[in-house]
Amino acid sequence: MNRSQPLVLGIESSCDETGVGIVRGTTLLTNTVSSSMDEHVRFGGVIPEIASRAHLDAFVPTLEQALADAGVTLDEVDAIAVTSGPGLAGALMVGVCAAKALAVATGKPLYAINHLVAHVGVGLLDGQDNAGGSRQNGTAPQLPENLGALLVSGGHTEILKINSITDDVVLLGSTIDDAAGEAYDKVARILGLGYPGGPAIDKVARTGNPKSIRFPRGLSQPKYMGTTEEPGKHRYDWSFSGLKTAVARCVEQFEARGEEIPVADIAAAFQEAVVDIISSKAVLACREHGIKDVLLGGGVAANSRLRELTSQRCASAGIRLHVPPLNLCTDNGAMVAALGAQLVMAGVEPSGIRFAPDSSMPVTSVSLPA
Amino acid sequence: MLILAIDTSAVASAALVSDDVPEGVVASFSTEDTRSHAEVLAPGIEEMLASADVTGEDIDALVVGVGPGPFTGLRSGIATARTLAFVWGKPLHGLVSLDAVALEVAESTAAVPEFLVVTDARRKEVYWARYTLEDGRLPRLEDGPHVSFAADLPDLPAFGAGAGLYAGALDCHPEFAQEQPDALFLGQFALARLAAGNGLLDSTPLYLRESDAQVPGPRKRAL
Ligand SMILES: [Zn+2]
Repeated sequence: MNRSQPLVLGIESSCDETGVGIVRGTTLLTNTVSSSMDEHVRFGGVIPEIASRAHLDAFVPTLEQALADAGVTLDEVDAIAVTSGPGLAGALMVGVCAAKALAVATGKPLYAINHLVAHVGVGLLDGQDNAGGSRQNGTAPQLPENLGALLVSGGHTEILKINSITDDVVLLGSTIDDAAGEAYDKVARILGLGYPGGPAIDKVARTGNPKSIRFPRGLSQPKYMGTTEEPGKHRYDWSFSGLKTAVARCVEQFEARGEEIPVADIAAAFQEAVVDIISSKAVLACREHGIKDVLLGGGVAANSRLRELTSQRCASAGIRLHVPPLNLCTDNGAMVAALGAQLVMAGVEPSGIRFAPDSSMPVTSVSLPA
Repeated sequence: MLILAIDTSAVASAALVSDDVPEGVVASFSTEDTRSHAEVLAPGIEEMLASADVTGEDIDALVVGVGPGPFTGLRSGIATARTLAFVWGKPLHGLVSLDAVALEVAESTAAVPEFLVVTDARRKEVYWARYTLEDGRLPRLEDGPHVSFAADLPDLPAFGAGAGLYAGALDCHPEFAQEQPDALFLGQFALARLAAGNGLLDSTPLYLRESDAQVPGPRKRAL
């Protein structure tokens, strides 16, 4: 196997995007994605069975397209990488079975990869200067030391500390109930704004007054936060289900009073509550763990207010915020390939073809052992 | 003609069948388990190919059971078969998974002119199809496959693990009370059909059930 500039094909199917990406070392060759998002619109959220059915039909065409776009053949590929978790069990299963078949048919080594850590892997691709990688004349991009990652999407909300992207990642905090993107979807439904909720709320919120209503910030009370010396149990964790309920109550109260619902104000106040608690807890976690660079990942990275407030707060805490291009923030195969290439270059052994997908794979497991 | 057959509609199984060897069987494997297809299928196929000293080059076509069967398990076989066929550049055909049990019945002493093949559809339902049998012919699918309650099936001898599960409601043949679709019989069925110049299905899964998703109704207004 070529371990210096390996050609790696990455497969992603943990939610509603079927992704195949190909990288050579740290160079992105293609990032091909087929999304079933349109099929979920009328349900107001991702339906796992519909996503799984779509993965099955999209996989081979997406693979074929990716190979054509990258101008490579399967023969040339050094290794295959696939998301083995965390994610929707039935959806993961399709990508994992396809990846294993690809490994059997080609005889190439297979790496079973952690989806969350893969989000950080995009920071190591060339030309992503704003994504955290730095480059000294001719050498491969390196992740900064003391790197953190804030991942916010429809499926997850986490703050990670990356000591080594190939074998030492720590989960500092995460949501204990809904993901932030999920909360956006649910609130968008309550407000009749459609799916996906993130962009819809972000847009309407611009015309509203975020201070008109105050919504709760989950897990922000002292008993959860504790102090720097004695941190509480949920110091860096989030909770969004109470916020969603508060929005529903608020809407009901306007209705009960026979008043018009101030949709823009509610959207703005909701968004402010989400973004405020995400960015404040993330920055707190970074400060208390010596993190100097933070990479933003996940689909909610597209949210204008999240980027604005997070970069403001990072700046005042002396932390650099890196936001990759949006098509690399949302779920994709390129991030899986990018992390796969790092594992190959670090000499990590492949996972083989006997592993099981793990819908709750912890970040401490960057790739599965053989 | 050498065919690689795969079925994951109930248990996971795969087989290499050829019209050049006695009884058509080159190699086969199957599991008992109905829930760990994603783990066992690829290693099983890899070991089977190695033990038979067969590579993708040698295979003329692939056949996959397209169900009906529990969705996630069913998809593992189809995803595997589609990917192998793509990489090897070989044709892929589909067969109703229940055909495997029908052929097994036809080749046994339990054969009767008209019968049902029944498998477990979970949620207290069964997948089933009605077959007829004429001497020297392949079993003929007359009706189905469907998904229903066992009590609502036609009153005919019933074969397969679904019949065994609801033996009280069905006329279950005891020797077939645990029988599951097996890729070996699927492969033989496919060989026979192709030899007779008959076509096969494509690899579109027979889910028979919609996803459980509900379109959310309008939110109740507080009045
Ligand atoms: Zn993701």
